[in-house]
Amino acid sequence: MATLDDARPGAAPWLLSGPALLLFIGLLLVPLLLTLLLSFRVFSDTAGVLPSFTLGNYWEVVSDPYYGTIFLRTAGLAFAVTLLSIVLGVPETIVLARMKRPWQSLCLLIVLGPLLISVVVRTLGWQILLGNNGVLNNVLQALHITDEPVRLVFTMTGVIIALTHVLVPFMVMSVWATMQKLDPQMEWAGRSLGGSPLAVFRRVILPQIMPGVLSGSIIVFALSASAFATPALIGGRRLKVVATAAYDEFLGTLNWPLGASIAVLLLIANVAIVMGCSRLAERRFRHIFD
Amino acid sequence: MAFLTLQGISKRYGDFTAIERLDLSVERGELLSLLGPSGCGKTTTLQMVAGFVTPTTGRILLDGRDITNERPEKRGIGVVFQSYALFPHMTVAGNVGFGLEMRKVKRKEREERVEEALALVRLKGLGHRYPKELSGGQRQRVAIARAIAMQPELLLLDEPMSNLDAKLREEMHIELRAIQKRLGITTILVTHDQVEAMTMSDRIAVMHRGAIAQLSTPYDAYERPATQFTSTFLGRTNAFAGEVLQRNPRCAIVDVAGTTLHVPHEGRHVDGAVNVYIRPEKVHLANGNGANARVRGRIATRVFVGNQWLLEVETGLGKLRVAQPNHGAPPPEEGDEVGLDWTDDDLRVLTQDIRENANGHA
Repeated sequence: MATLDDARPGAAPWLLSGPALLLFIGLLLVPLLLTLLLSFRVFSDTAGVLPSFTLGNYWEVVSDPYYGTIFLRTAGLAFAVTLLSIVLGVPETIVLARMKRPWQSLCLLIVLGPLLISVVVRTLGWQILLGNNGVLNNVLQALHITDEPVRLVFTMTGVIIALTHVLVPFMVMSVWATMQKLDPQMEWAGRSLGGSPLAVFRRVILPQIMPGVLSGSIIVFALSASAFATPALIGGRRLKVVATAAYDEFLGTLNWPLGASIAVLLLIANVAIVMGCSRLAERRFRHIFD
Repeated sequence: MAFLTLQGISKRYGDFTAIERLDLSVERGELLSLLGPSGCGKTTTLQMVAGFVTPTTGRILLDGRDITNERPEKRGIGVVFQSYALFPHMTVAGNVGFGLEMRKVKRKEREERVEEALALVRLKGLGHRYPKELSGGQRQRVAIARAIAMQPELLLLDEPMSNLDAKLREEMHIELRAIQKRLGITTILVTHDQVEAMTMSDRIAVMHRGAIAQLSTPYDAYERPATQFTSTFLGRTNAFAGEVLQRNPRCAIVDVAGTTLHVPHEGRHVDGAVNVYIRPEKVHLANGNGANARVRGRIATRVFVGNQWLLEVETGLGKLRVAQPNHGAPPPEEGDEVGLDWTDDDLRVLTQDIRENANGHA
């Protein structure tokens, strides 16, 4: 019989987490290890994947400026989307937090809406809106703001707009969570000490929701750096990001080892940046927040 | 003219009336408590003075200046919050200096005044710490230092001690009162803790359902409750329903369950159905065999709480609570017959009033 002060918890924890653990090992860890192994294989155009090992694939990705451009573009995309998500998501959450009851839930639902719609449907929606004959361009031309259609589809701008749309909800949820923990008397305290609403927001509220902004940024950055569907559909074949480049190696040139090494490098870069940021955040906020 | 005046203040939220036509004057330098159970409107009143809540009707005057619609940051009122609401991302010095910083006080002077405020609450040398690194009592002191560092004309304390343990709370009552007296700062204390209100206040406003039931010194509030609510809310008391038989210049002669009591009416009009009150500590066990006691009864429960014994005695008047100081021998056992005695001057009488809230103003 297990009691509260029993030092040995027995098999129960393992049994309870067993199914999830198996799923995790079977569907994530094993494929990841196989991909890692594959990335060291030798590839020949005539014979396909050979059983011997090499570092050549990595050397090719690192040395070829073609891939360098793709990695830089992906980083730029991820930074731009993260920045936009902060700029749009933080004020949005603050407005949401101040709304009254029925409207608050309604608006929250609208904000989180993009997450409820399939990536493909949502992206095709953006195509219709942003295309050369799309709604936006028709309106711009009808109002004589531009004569030529503004190219948005198959451009970075288009990809950034569409990705931000998808990922802002993660920022909102993250900031929302920290705002809920905020003591409502905090703002009154700032005001009673002579701070204007703006000063109180800048000096009191904002620093306290920074951990939420940071964790939201980490999520948005990681997701946009590894995003596939949106860049593939809006960016198209020419405007490659790392995820679509890996995809093309696998399914286009059939060079699986090269595709695998691109994927592994993306994973490493992503993990390094995310871990670095959360480490920094932890050190910065540790002595302040419980 | 009083330093702070609330004139006909009401606050309604839709159909709900939190405060109904409240009038209150606070004198310069005094500490006035708003005491009442939760939901009596005391915190709402405080928030209207601070400017966090706008009154539906009425005016608030601070030193002759109408501040009813003034923004909280313009009022210059110090507030200590129940949760302390310390800024967790700032050091203690940052917190205490925030008000001065907002008022654009120069760094050098600011540092001096922060040091002064910290010394006043006996936190010298802790300026570099973060709130998280402090104990509950220390955080409370920081909150006080922050509120008084900008030398406000008025200090509002919103249940400031409710997060402290009992012993620390008692110490802080004395200490905070000493600081308030030393600075001579006009203070309003909101509390549901009657000991806190008694210990710290010059005057207590007992609040009940959005109105002031009684406004008097702590001694008068306890000894001469003006309403049924005050008499039962402040401390413990025994209440007996009775009927006035006769009224002479000094006393009302009241029949309570067949026993005739002489109760001083203190010039008030009492008639018909009344309640007669006596505090447990004013009742004592009769000496000897109790033959001359006012009532006789049987001890139903006997509890020892250290400094006193609490007894419940079944008598002809009903159940009577008796508090006997712990000196000399313990009182008789449960089930024993005893005689009870008191002085007539310790009895209080109030007319029974079912609609007491309608004319509950003292």
